[in-house]
Amino acid sequence: MGSMAMRPLLLLPEMLLFAAGLAVLLGGSFLPRQRQWVSRVVAGAALVVSIAISAVALAGPASAAFEGAYAVDTGTGVARIVAAFGTLLILLLAGDELTGSPRESDTYALLLFSTTGTIILAGAQDLIVLAAAFLLASIPLYGLVGMARGPRAAEAAMKTYLMGALFGIVLLLGVTILYAVAASSRYADLPAGLGAVAPAAVAAGLLAVLAGLLFEAGGVPAHFWVPDATEGASSTVATFLTTIPKIGALIAAYRLVTVMPDTLAWPLLVAVLATASMTLGNLAAYGQRDPRRLLGWSTVSQVGYLLVPVAVAGRSELALPSLFFYLAAYTVTNIAAFAVAGALPDRRDLAAYAGLSRHAPWLTAALVVSLLGLTGTPPTGVFVGKLTTATAAWDGGMAWLAVVVLLNSVASLFYYLSWIAPAFRVANRHDVGGRSSSLALPWSTWTAVSAAALSLAVGIAGGLLWHVIDGALGVAP
Amino acid sequence: MLSLIVFLPLAAAVVLLTLPRLSDAAARWAWVVAASVDLALVLVAWARYNAPAPGQLALEEQTRWIPGVDSRYHLGVDGLSLPLVVMTAVLFLACAVYALRERNRPRLQAVLFLFLQSVSLGLFTSADLILFFVFFDLSIVGMYFVIAGWGHGDAARSALKFFLYTFLGSLALLAGFIGLYVGADPHTFDILQLTAHPPLADHPVTGALVLGAILLGLAVKTPTVPFHTWLPPAHTDAPAIGSAILAGVLLKMGTYGFVRIGMPLLPDAWRAWAWVIVAVGVVSVLYGALVALAQDNLKRMIAYTSVNHMGYIVLAVGVAGVIAPDTAQARSVAVTGAVTQMVSHGLVTGALFLLAGVMQDRAGTYDMRNYGGLAAPAPRMAWLFAVGAFASLGLPALSGFIAEFQVFTGSIAAAPVTAVALLGILITAALFLRALQRIFTGDTIGASRGFTDLHPSETWSVGLLLVLSLVIGLLPRTLLYLIEPAGRAAITLVGR
Repeated sequence: MGSMAMRPLLLLPEMLLFAAGLAVLLGGSFLPRQRQWVSRVVAGAALVVSIAISAVALAGPASAAFEGAYAVDTGTGVARIVAAFGTLLILLLAGDELTGSPRESDTYALLLFSTTGTIILAGAQDLIVLAAAFLLASIPLYGLVGMARGPRAAEAAMKTYLMGALFGIVLLLGVTILYAVAASSRYADLPAGLGAVAPAAVAAGLLAVLAGLLFEAGGVPAHFWVPDATEGASSTVATFLTTIPKIGALIAAYRLVTVMPDTLAWPLLVAVLATASMTLGNLAAYGQRDPRRLLGWSTVSQVGYLLVPVAVAGRSELALPSLFFYLAAYTVTNIAAFAVAGALPDRRDLAAYAGLSRHAPWLTAALVVSLLGLTGTPPTGVFVGKLTTATAAWDGGMAWLAVVVLLNSVASLFYYLSWIAPAFRVANRHDVGGRSSSLALPWSTWTAVSAAALSLAVGIAGGLLWHVIDGALGVAP
Repeated sequence: MLSLIVFLPLAAAVVLLTLPRLSDAAARWAWVVAASVDLALVLVAWARYNAPAPGQLALEEQTRWIPGVDSRYHLGVDGLSLPLVVMTAVLFLACAVYALRERNRPRLQAVLFLFLQSVSLGLFTSADLILFFVFFDLSIVGMYFVIAGWGHGDAARSALKFFLYTFLGSLALLAGFIGLYVGADPHTFDILQLTAHPPLADHPVTGALVLGAILLGLAVKTPTVPFHTWLPPAHTDAPAIGSAILAGVLLKMGTYGFVRIGMPLLPDAWRAWAWVIVAVGVVSVLYGALVALAQDNLKRMIAYTSVNHMGYIVLAVGVAGVIAPDTAQARSVAVTGAVTQMVSHGLVTGALFLLAGVMQDRAGTYDMRNYGGLAAPAPRMAWLFAVGAFASLGLPALSGFIAEFQVFTGSIAAAPVTAVALLGILITAALFLRALQRIFTGDTIGASRGFTDLHPSETWSVGLLLVLSLVIGLLPRTLLYLIEPAGRAAITLVGR
């Protein structure tokens, strides 16, 4: 009867991150402006310790806390480690932009809160916990987007807030419907509870919950805030909100669809959402001249690829490990790409990257690795993720979805190359790139280079990582 | 042994990249040394090579890579791949020697070509579909930067076209590989296991679709008509050594894929597609030759003769699938000829592109109308170009003859209608003789005036390639003893 106990200690990593967030928030108000870096160190230390505890927990057997409402299994373990690690990289990146800024420790605190929320989202096995986790993960985002000053940031914050509020309500509506028709909010009871009711009601509930999760992930149809937020927010925040919330949202989506009854054609529904997200994201990215806005649309298309394993959940053995693998690879690769843009905050047009390869060769290398990585070029981690994802789709009986993934990958190459190509062009004297004044920022540069190196390492040493993530969701009966 | 051969150039590239304060001269010579050592290692591997049993590989190395999809790091060579490995190592060495006079960022160029060498050798030795794909894709990335970074004319545009076109092809290939994996029981990407138990044998329609995707991917890379349109601009705007590697090595990745993956892994579908492949081959032969005939730009002309030469290979591997009684011997001759053609084309076309690069270097133009009587100021150039042209048009005593003779002997015996492709040889002969005449004979006019003859680095690099073509032409056994058993094995596998 182990799963019936409360066992709150199983949530040590989550509690640690949340407590660290509180400590940073409160402690930050007592620190002088130039000593705020202490709060960054505290946040970083909390993340490192939480990764260590999570790794130990992941090596042990799966279990559940709060009477089965919260799973501590491979899915939660992967979310804990990847999200905390991603946030750690983002803290490094923040060194340029936030050091000595007025809202330094507040930003760290909100980053930690949102990270905690995304992890709980990944582990939730109960609709009520899911709803609470959604709020914890998304509310700090509004604040984070609004931290930047300027009209673009204000518009972005407003858009993010309105979209978040709308889709939050939609999610709650979905939770209510599913709870009402199944007479239970527990995932363990949902298959039995939903099997007998009208598929239309289940479909409405599932769609509404998925829509909420897609806001969190930044996918179609809840993606409208993503390009504005990536363009308007500070580069630290833009990196965070296109990377970390996806981890929790997609694992949560996976958990949810696996308890849906067979009466509903949810695989097709998810496959259509996936296709829409990757295609729309790619098409919209074409015309973009602002690198951050281009990346924003690129993350929308990435959500599409990440939804593919969800569409074949339970019908291919590869589905779950490829989701985990893709999430891990995407996290480091996307952070690398955003870090390159963050290292050169003045260059808000692709043409301004002209001549980059001459005076910032390492940063250019990071740019090439991360963008070709996002396309799915071997041997980066995203290639392995895309390969196993497409294989899972075909294996799960959706060969057409595999073809859609590959076609979209070709399409995405166009706009990624439109950013890479100028970097190797010789700069004219009047180009921004020719001026020595716009030197790359050091913290961002090193984050970009290390994250790009990691994304290569994840691909080349994919076998080692695969052993870690090759697990199941939930507790083995 | 193979891993060392494959990754030595990459290691050298990393060293070159990270060493601070390296002079350009040192970087150029370091590249030559690395390429020479790698060639020496390849020759040692050749000495230690014993022909493996059909369906097996020699000098194998393997370890697990992505266990979830049973993809391994698995290397090995046989009579199909070893000749290409040797040819690749030779051609990269020739390029390294040729580039001793490079002035534009020689260190970075050396790094890029060493990377490409690792990628090419890795592709020809890989025995796992995903590993094959990794190298296939990386070759595109490497060549994109070569064309975009060191090309001339409209290089950025040509490079982009090359990248997009071949990347599309590579993903079609990947779709086919995934189809093979899903169709195999147990699921695997290992080429040897898939050869032993061909997947999708009971699903003719899926098998034909999967082979269609693979053929599309390989046809773009080869390239065959109608997927060849990226090739002429890429070659015209690429630097000389980039063109040599693109034509000599990268195109072979496509044709090698036909014999390594298409034929043995999907024999049923291959036989079903055989006439389509033959037809594409014949059309490529004739179309490539005719369009080449119409060119005034020497480099474009050589590029189109590549389409023609690749057509012979496609024709031969297509004939391999046309099963008729008592033709196994003839078809294996055709496949042997196809592999010989891959080696021969790599050496000869590599040499011709390097010579075309000399014209760009001295006079800044490839247009044959601007030249005339070049033999007087540049006799070494004239001699070498003449040898290259004769080798390319298939004159006996040179490697092109050995290859094309076998291709046609085998093909016409097995499928007489393919004799129509003989017209291609006639046209190629005409166009090369015409080019020789336009550029080298007559009065010395236009860009030919004051043309400096070949420098030693150019003579040696081109000479190395052409001497080897002559060796193959005079002593074909040195090469054929390697290829013939593999050709017979390929015919057995496709006849299952």
